[in-house]
Amino acid sequence: MRFVRRAWILAWKDLTIEWRAKETLNSLFFFALLLIFLFQFALGPDRERLSAALPGLLWLGFILSGLLGLGRTFAGERDNDCWDGLRLAPGEKSAIYVGKLAGNLLLMLAVEAIFLLLFGVFFDLDLVAALPGLALVVGLGTLGLAAVGTLFAAMTAHVRARELLFPVLVLPVEVPVLLGTVKATEAVLLGEPLGSVAHWLKLLAVANVIYLTIGVLTFDVVLDG
Amino acid sequence: MWFSTGSRRLTRVLGWLAALGLLAGLVLALGVAPREVSQGDVQRIMYLHVPSILTAYLAFAIVLVASLGYLVSRRQAWDRWAGSAAEIGTLFTGLTLASGSLWGKPTWGTWYLMLRGMIDEAERRAQFAAVLGIVAALNIPLVHFSVLWWRTLHQPPTLLRPVPAALAGIFRFTLGVNWVAFTLLFAYLLAKRIRVGRLSEEGLP
Repeated sequence: MRFVRRAWILAWKDLTIEWRAKETLNSLFFFALLLIFLFQFALGPDRERLSAALPGLLWLGFILSGLLGLGRTFAGERDNDCWDGLRLAPGEKSAIYVGKLAGNLLLMLAVEAIFLLLFGVFFDLDLVAALPGLALVVGLGTLGLAAVGTLFAAMTAHVRARELLFPVLVLPVEVPVLLGTVKATEAVLLGEPLGSVAHWLKLLAVANVIYLTIGVLTFDVVLDG
Repeated sequence: MWFSTGSRRLTRVLGWLAALGLLAGLVLALGVAPREVSQGDVQRIMYLHVPSILTAYLAFAIVLVASLGYLVSRRQAWDRWAGSAAEIGTLFTGLTLASGSLWGKPTWGTWYLMLRGMIDEAERRAQFAAVLGIVAALNIPLVHFSVLWWRTLHQPPTLLRPVPAALAGIFRFTLGVNWVAFTLLFAYLLAKRIRVGRLSEEGLP
């Protein structure tokens, strides 16, 4: 219980800061909007081609905006010299990981919801019918992104060229997550039953369990470094 | 440390064994093993490809174990093992890239080594590299299956696939010899690399 409380306090702190400053959320919203235009310009006005590439574009958008948000996970602590305060917080260090992860997850899901809505409007998608399946796939994929991203953000917080190193470390790890989510999203948008992509969903679930376990177990090492 | 001066002779023996094994493997692969019926001579690339990918997997298994070992014991020697195994593992994944493979794997070692290169302080480098090594090594099966499923549409495979199920004796023997030779070569390079790492940290004896 105390573990959950500690994690929640940290997540609450981050979300309050975000709610008051709206730094990340505003930028990510416009970034998502710009991405949609960019995709459209890059692929041309041909609707057929756009809709064929839709699941991939959707996840490219999620991953690119997610990377920007995740890379800033510890920006507040670093820029305001609160890193030692974070390290000296009593209790298990993995609570900090879980708290930061929860904050990241909520922020990413908010941006993704907006992104999906825009996608639905621009590309004329029937989102209501696909929503339950889509929610599952997006939830699994976002957790996979955030679990690795939060851990690596702590790792790169004090490394030089971190803005460069962070995506270079995260993206190769996320290859299975990207493949799985794109395939599953494709199936959901085509109206296929979730059973047809059950092996992808299982892969995503296994990936999440692995990433979360490593994150919880190794976070105190990363924070001490 | 148990891996010290007395083992230099062992390393030399290992090197010669690897050289002999590679020679035998080459002769077997190009000369003795018959031409495969359906694929022709192209199939011979398997004798390079399969042993190198298996050796790369061995290298990353060592990275995993050594990373865990470092986090538990905090001994510098474990970090040396992890870093050296990753370097040589990257070499062998480079070979599989050259002989045509999944693009997800060859990038593996590159970015692990990149992180190592970016941190100057030894202890922090060892800690972060250990965490990254564990993530990346455990991620390999996920990458393997996801890329395989992605390429073969919806049909999930039931086995790790590289070796065809019914492989005639001489093919299997050639593959086996090459595999042993590659593993010996790996062990030789690893021993050398670890020694270089130790010398550069401690100064010349």
